[in-house]
Amino acid sequence: MNRRDFLRTSGLTVLGVVAGGALVRGPLSREGKQSAVASAMSHFGVTEADLKKVMAAALEKGGDYADLYFEHTFNNSVSLMDGQVNNCSSNIDFGMGVRVLAGDQTGYAYVEGVTLDEMLRAARTAARIASSGKAGKPMSFKEKTPERDYYAVVTPWEEISLKTKIPYLQKLNDKVFSLDQRVRKVRASLSDQTSHILFCNSEGIIYYDYRPMVSYMVSCVMEENGRMENNYAARSYRKGFEFLSDDIIEVLAREVVDHTAIMFKAVKPKGGELPVVMAAGGSGILLHEAIGHAFEADFNRKNTSIFADQLNKKVCNERINVVDDGTIPFNRGAVNFDDEGVEGQKTYIVKEGVLTSFLHDRISAKYYGVAPTGNGRRESFRSIPIPRMRATYMEAGNVSEADIISTVKNGIYAYQFTNGQVQIGAGDFTFFVKFGYLIEDGKLTRPIKDINIIGNGPKALADITMVASNEQIDNGTWTCGKDGQSCPVTCGMPSALVSKLTVGGEN
Amino acid sequence: MITEDNKKLAQWAMDFALKNGCQAAKVILYANSNTSFELRDAKMDRLQQASECGLGLNLYVDGRYGNYSTNRLNKAELEKFIKNGIESTRYLATDEFRVLPDPERYYKGGKPDLKLFDDRISGISPDDKVAIARAAAEEALGKDSRIISVESSYSDGENASYRLISNGFEGESKSTWYSVSTSVAIKGEGEARPSDYWYGSSLFYDALPKTGIGAKALERVLRKLGQKKVQSGKYTMVVDPMNSGRMLNPVLSALYGSSLQQKNSFLIDKLEQKVVSDKLTLIDDPHVVGATGSRYFDGEGVATKRCPIFENGVLKTYFFDTYNAKKMGVAPTISGPSRLVLTPGDKDLNGLIADVSKGILVTGLNGGNSNSNTGDFSYGIEGFLIENGKLTQPVNEMNVTGNFLTLWSSLAAIGNDAHKDRSWLIPSLVFEGVDFSGL
Repeated sequence: MNRRDFLRTSGLTVLGVVAGGALVRGPLSREGKQSAVASAMSHFGVTEADLKKVMAAALEKGGDYADLYFEHTFNNSVSLMDGQVNNCSSNIDFGMGVRVLAGDQTGYAYVEGVTLDEMLRAARTAARIASSGKAGKPMSFKEKTPERDYYAVVTPWEEISLKTKIPYLQKLNDKVFSLDQRVRKVRASLSDQTSHILFCNSEGIIYYDYRPMVSYMVSCVMEENGRMENNYAARSYRKGFEFLSDDIIEVLAREVVDHTAIMFKAVKPKGGELPVVMAAGGSGILLHEAIGHAFEADFNRKNTSIFADQLNKKVCNERINVVDDGTIPFNRGAVNFDDEGVEGQKTYIVKEGVLTSFLHDRISAKYYGVAPTGNGRRESFRSIPIPRMRATYMEAGNVSEADIISTVKNGIYAYQFTNGQVQIGAGDFTFFVKFGYLIEDGKLTRPIKDINIIGNGPKALADITMVASNEQIDNGTWTCGKDGQSCPVTCGMPSALVSKLTVGGEN
Repeated sequence: MITEDNKKLAQWAMDFALKNGCQAAKVILYANSNTSFELRDAKMDRLQQASECGLGLNLYVDGRYGNYSTNRLNKAELEKFIKNGIESTRYLATDEFRVLPDPERYYKGGKPDLKLFDDRISGISPDDKVAIARAAAEEALGKDSRIISVESSYSDGENASYRLISNGFEGESKSTWYSVSTSVAIKGEGEARPSDYWYGSSLFYDALPKTGIGAKALERVLRKLGQKKVQSGKYTMVVDPMNSGRMLNPVLSALYGSSLQQKNSFLIDKLEQKVVSDKLTLIDDPHVVGATGSRYFDGEGVATKRCPIFENGVLKTYFFDTYNAKKMGVAPTISGPSRLVLTPGDKDLNGLIADVSKGILVTGLNGGNSNSNTGDFSYGIEGFLIENGKLTQPVNEMNVTGNFLTLWSSLAAIGNDAHKDRSWLIPSLVFEGVDFSGL
């Protein structure tokens, strides 16, 4: 809470699931030449005339802007424990939210039914944020379609029965047990989500978005000489059933076994200020926490971010470029449109060492007089959109990872991460290293585990002195929390050296 | 608010499930509502209002088990939803351990009202609510030239649920909550803009603290100015009551049947053994009238009772729900604690600090995590250096690292200052010889 924003990867935290979502199948099927939006309106049981009436009610007290966000989401999960696929869950969530803006003030209300009466009630509640009394003008809607669908599915999850999913858990379980005699317990889960979104706003934009998601997770407990250790592995994408394959089973099984086995060899390092080499991939958590949240423009327009006065200033080495990207196909953080009608896009937040853009929602974009960057996202129809990251990563540099490690006499190589957090204004950020290695005399030596690393955003960014060419996105189940809302994201990074961070450990 | 129509719908769903292939079922219908007003510099920034209602079902079908929930509550859709659920559940492997609790263990009623619901919830005017948030802001606004932003909020809500279990349980619970908070950001050194917050909350409007919140938030941020990291080393750690519960949470997680059965706990086979300092006595005290967290039955309908968890450092109970108890072949307990009371000492935070010669007072935790198998932990912290019984230097950007069994064995003193509005009454705590890393 209170500007402490965090990121986590979930082991077996199952988000929810579906029972045969019989109501819809795949992107809403269009009858004849019906548009996607017309199909969506018919799916939600609303007409254009309804939407106009609700919009008029939302603006009747003088709001400058209003939007309506309809959501129908199907969650399904099935899980394995003690060798048996014997638990499943499904959830259906349905509703619509009305947002009214008056200057930078927000009124918001949502309802779980979409009768005209219910929607009008929500609209009139949200409308109360405004007081100029100048009612909005009548308007008409123009359908927007994305230039590119970043998450087109081959086989929608609605077409897949539970029975079809079960072997993927069983095979994963068997593979993990077959890889190492020390495995004592395995848990695995497969979760899929399908959201149908219908959005319209007072600028006349209306669109339909079909959002698939899959998360495939495994955790294990291993025993060695009476000691127990556990770890997990997961992948998540905006993909349909085509995501599942024997290859992904193999990848997850080997990863979870390797990452649990290494814990037995690992020690706690001696704590203190040390150079830290961030391994390629999940190290993007450093960007997410050290700068990503602090670049979210709501904190900057309110002048509460430590980077509020740094726009267009040099903040780090000129070889560094950092991107927040909603356009990576099938990425967990991809958005065709954000949740306030802005197209998904790729935003350079640091270009050649200069802070070039904050991450905007409509309110902050208006405040700064720039175009919105497509970062206005919300957890569901229950929440207002706020600036959120998508896929946040650093572009490749020009050296090899081995060259970076060889420069470090005494330091830490951070490899696997579970969670992080930041204080936006003070700049202190942390990430938890599940495992990594000591670096001694330019070489990786003993594994280390379970330590927190803390730094300060602007200092840590300025202290990135070497960046390797092995750029990589981590496709784990990254979930970002802010203002009580969870949002799927990803992060990525090439291997990089931060010359000084404070490493947890024993004395 | 659960209406008679809601109850009829839940009963109908139960009947429908049992008639269409379930041998047993649990149904829970929930209805929640809330309002919030958020102010920035005492001016309205956001208003939000919502109410929601949904139905959850645990279906037991031919020795198999599935969970289903939806907020689509019309009967035609529910019929299809439940039938689909039954059909899906049949694809699963059987699970002989999935059974309902013994009905003898259910709460059967008859105890006095726990008084967790304030009838005023729907009668307070929006103007009064906004005025409370504005007053909180005005306690800080303009009081210091370094203030950048004062955000304050008022929010309230009610939560209600109605639960049916097919072998003879029916239970209803409802509660209200009120909250006021303020967060103050100030211009610090360089580009830093430290912030801090304070809040008040209560089950009852009349008991909600309506003054002092903004002033306390300002005091908490001003005292941070000049934060820096200090030398790495072993220190006495004092944890304030805002954060002390975080030191206990992973210990409790290690006591659940789900953790033990999966061999994912650092407290396996420790029942009736002394595992931590004899200063630790922790009680689950669920029947206190008007207290946050009180309840007569748990999520399984099983009757709660007052019960020690740790007594003078000895572990007295695990938390075995029906499923894990059966799977492990042990007697079930309550599925989880309701309202935790850590037996307090006789000093407040200042009194505890006065006894410390070289220590760190932890007033904020930043990230960090722990290992559920080993109990090892590492967290980012901020707080104050303690020298000879006095706070001498605000500190930040440090880590505290250790093991929960070692930590709780080094428990040296306990405060008397637990926050009364919480369901976990954990006061300030003092631990000896804790590893901090900084310079």
